[in-house]
Amino acid sequence: MKKTATDVLPAEGGLGNDPLLSVEDLHVEFATRAGLVKAVNGVSYTLSAGETLAVLGESGSGKSVTAQAIMGILDMPPARIPKGAIRFQGTDLLKLSEEARTQIRGRRIAMIFQDALSALNPVFTVGWQIGEMFRVHQGMSKRDAEKKAVELMDRVRIPAAKQRVHDFPHQFSGGMRQRIMIAMSIALDPEVLIADEPTTALDVTVQAQIMELLAELQRESNMGLILITHDLGVVADVADKIAVMYGGRIVENAPVHDIYRRPAHPYTKGLLESIPRVDLKGQDLYAIKGLPPNLLDMPTGCAFHPRCPYRQDNCVTSVPELYEIDPNRSSACHYWREVLDGTDE
Amino acid sequence: MAPTSEAILKVRDLVKHFPLTQGIVFKRQVGEIKAVDGVSFDLHRGETLGVVGESGCGKSTLAKVLMALEKPTSGSVMINGKDMAKARGGDLKRMRRNVQMVMQDPYTSLNPRMTVGDIIGEPYEIHTEVAPKGDRRRKVQELLEVVGLNPDHINRYPHQFSGGQRQRIGIARGLALQPEIIICDEPVSALDVSIQAQVINLLERLQNEFNLAYIFIAHDLSVVRHISDRVGVMYLGKFVELGKDTAIYDQPAHPYTQALLSAVPVPDPEGREQRERIILQGDPPSPANPPSGCRFRTRCWKAQEICATEEPLLQIRPGTSHESACHFAEAQDVVHAG
Amino acid sequence: MSDIRPVGPTRAETEQDAAEQVMTVGVPETPLTVEPERKPGKQARPASLWNDAWYDLRRRPLFVLSAVLIAILLVMAVFPGLFSRVNPMDATTCVLSNARQAPSSVHWFGTDNLGCDVYARTIYGARNSIVVGVSTTIVTALFGGLLGLIAGFKSGATDTVLSRTTEIFFAIPQILGALLILSVFGTGNVWTIMLALSVLAWPMTFRIMRAAVITAKNQDYVIAARALGAGSGRIMFRHILPNAVAPVIVIATINLGGFIAAEAALSFLGVGIQSPDISWGLMIDSARDRFLEAFAPLLFPALFLSITVLAFIMLGDAVRDALDPKLR
Repeated sequence: MKKTATDVLPAEGGLGNDPLLSVEDLHVEFATRAGLVKAVNGVSYTLSAGETLAVLGESGSGKSVTAQAIMGILDMPPARIPKGAIRFQGTDLLKLSEEARTQIRGRRIAMIFQDALSALNPVFTVGWQIGEMFRVHQGMSKRDAEKKAVELMDRVRIPAAKQRVHDFPHQFSGGMRQRIMIAMSIALDPEVLIADEPTTALDVTVQAQIMELLAELQRESNMGLILITHDLGVVADVADKIAVMYGGRIVENAPVHDIYRRPAHPYTKGLLESIPRVDLKGQDLYAIKGLPPNLLDMPTGCAFHPRCPYRQDNCVTSVPELYEIDPNRSSACHYWREVLDGTDE
Repeated sequence: MAPTSEAILKVRDLVKHFPLTQGIVFKRQVGEIKAVDGVSFDLHRGETLGVVGESGCGKSTLAKVLMALEKPTSGSVMINGKDMAKARGGDLKRMRRNVQMVMQDPYTSLNPRMTVGDIIGEPYEIHTEVAPKGDRRRKVQELLEVVGLNPDHINRYPHQFSGGQRQRIGIARGLALQPEIIICDEPVSALDVSIQAQVINLLERLQNEFNLAYIFIAHDLSVVRHISDRVGVMYLGKFVELGKDTAIYDQPAHPYTQALLSAVPVPDPEGREQRERIILQGDPPSPANPPSGCRFRTRCWKAQEICATEEPLLQIRPGTSHESACHFAEAQDVVHAG
Repeated sequence: MSDIRPVGPTRAETEQDAAEQVMTVGVPETPLTVEPERKPGKQARPASLWNDAWYDLRRRPLFVLSAVLIAILLVMAVFPGLFSRVNPMDATTCVLSNARQAPSSVHWFGTDNLGCDVYARTIYGARNSIVVGVSTTIVTALFGGLLGLIAGFKSGATDTVLSRTTEIFFAIPQILGALLILSVFGTGNVWTIMLALSVLAWPMTFRIMRAAVITAKNQDYVIAARALGAGSGRIMFRHILPNAVAPVIVIATINLGGFIAAEAALSFLGVGIQSPDISWGLMIDSARDRFLEAFAPLLFPALFLSITVLAFIMLGDAVRDALDPKLR
């Protein structure tokens, strides 16, 4: 019997025990003129319904590439996924046909981006762009789609939605544009929302508005949220658990309270000590020495070893696995015990 | 460190309005953007004044006017007793030696067609009296060493360096003329978190070494708190609050400062459920058409009738220790609350 | 106090390490050992944009092919004697009774209506084409480039006047305009052709230079130079020009082929190079009447013309790819 796309698609509502989304040993590489760039080297994480996972990392850590692989929006080529699985309610998305993935993309797993202005099409009204979700995915009529667009704009708290539905993206402020992006992403009630640096381009007061909105929407719909960011403050505010990425790998996985109280990887520890805080006036900032790794020329062994104060000889030669610290925590450092104990508690 | 000596920079009633014009051949003015609208402050030797505010508040225009890159509409910028805003030609050029800047984007602030040696050495070519020709190469190498770069890399081009290293090159260029004042316009916001600390530490070390005064402009309140001795909070072209860092951060008196501070996420999940947040509604009004009276009143929860009619002046108010521009100023610790 | 305190190394050590790290790990191409003292003159050439572009170009087959073709053409233009023992300028080499011979071992490309050797004439014809092409390119690049630099830098009234002027020139069809100018001069030679083409072609260079200057003018490094107190001259020639010149070089290389074709067209129309001087356009013109009887006198100059134009356009393409700032 020939299987149709809907047969292989995961049933709505999930299968009980499986996590909503799990990434397993994902590898992504890019063929560039300068050579093969291994952007993601064996990343695994899971996300349950209603949970917020923060993926923390600097530029080039592979945090955004992983998200793009989940969405299936990587340009292939130059990108390749040589290994790994992305299970959405138990089904490996990487094994699905392009047609089946289109069914999931935007409908079941949605994404918002850092730069809302370039993510919105400047020649269409925002109402048209939000309504498009309904017209394309649900075959709704133009008028119904517009009505839905107004409802959504109300839901993301855009004032005077009814009047502004015919406005163009450039007529909105940065914060309002990000709200429109969010409206589009939640239009079809996705089970997973990936937010890639959603507030990096925004001012701090607007950032607070947007983060509050996301948290409220998550409470209403119980969706899983993957928050990709470099901002340790935002993470501390909203995340349930954290995956810290460095050089294309996860170096630490932990519930949010543990990681801030007792980091188990020297990189996480260094980051926490290197950020100035608005509530404290510290005398000196600890600076992680050196520079993030060059993806074309990764250090041997542990990618962090050239910058690590805990480095021993074996860090240069052997890649540390993700050691389990307790059922909820793991750290990719040979000396995680020393790192944990080194923190005053 | 505490400001000890007399102010080396005195800014008084600085105003910069940009005309809004219509038409191509026959331009007519249809309005003006009040980017900076009456800013006054002093800067002492060796001191850091932080300037915070959201995008569009005029802080970058303020930097440009202080650098004499834009001519102010009115007001004065007195450096060691001479008005830079009125200086011309050779006078202005000499005054520039004393005020240098570090820019935000390390990728666009260095000329890609010049070697690092030429970039850092350019100040000496422009101000030939500072260093004799034979000395310049050695001086450039010294500067590279001071900012923590390899002096042998003098012949490299900017694209061979990472963002943090480029920012060090920009800092070295700013130091070349041994200025007393350096204006840092968002110097770390384009850098990765782990690199930011390196550059902040470098700026602090250089300040101690050369007794520099910084004007540190940034939107990141945590960074500003870390580095500043005094802080000014800008909203729509004006300072709404100005005072010592501890006063501003621990006892903010202006509602805008309180909202701004409470919006900053604290990198510590403990007690986040109890933390109270002042969430401002809406966006700042346009600087082309600011509200009457107090400019913050359209988003303020304390606004009364007087706020629309009478503009609050920046002054020390009863019950507070520092200057604020609010009729209902009241010190309240929002950062440590909850 | 903070509950998070630096453990491990103290700050002083970190700072120093950081500096050291920047030198060793930060730039991967640096060897870990201490570099030997650099001696001026002997050091490796630093990787500037031009060096990078050159490195890139050498790896493009398109560039190598066009460069080889252009090199041969240049040698042909300067030393035509190397390629042909017969000098076609010497009237005695033409024997009327040999007219319209097919290609043979004596006359490789056959002979034309007057019995002259087509091969020798084609070789000697390269010079005029190249001279017109190169000189027109240089004149337009300098003239249009300089005005473009001034207009883009000064803006305001200067820019308005210059820009409106170029728009007038844009309205004139190129070949028609050149025809008109040359008929005023009365005599057609390489220099009058160069002048006629330059007058009509500089606005293109002007526009490209002006746009590039306006982009470069607003870059942070220009603002930084102004903050240092740099004068207009230094900003224009040290900061803006080097960053704005690449697109002009690209368009100049591509245009060069076009000028060569235009010269041939004008000569073909009878207002360009005049007999007894030799030009491919002129050769094509004189061969076209008897084309059915003898195809060689038309075919070979046309072939050389096409290859030359193509070679320059290919070179321009390769240069554009190498210099395109979007790819860097």
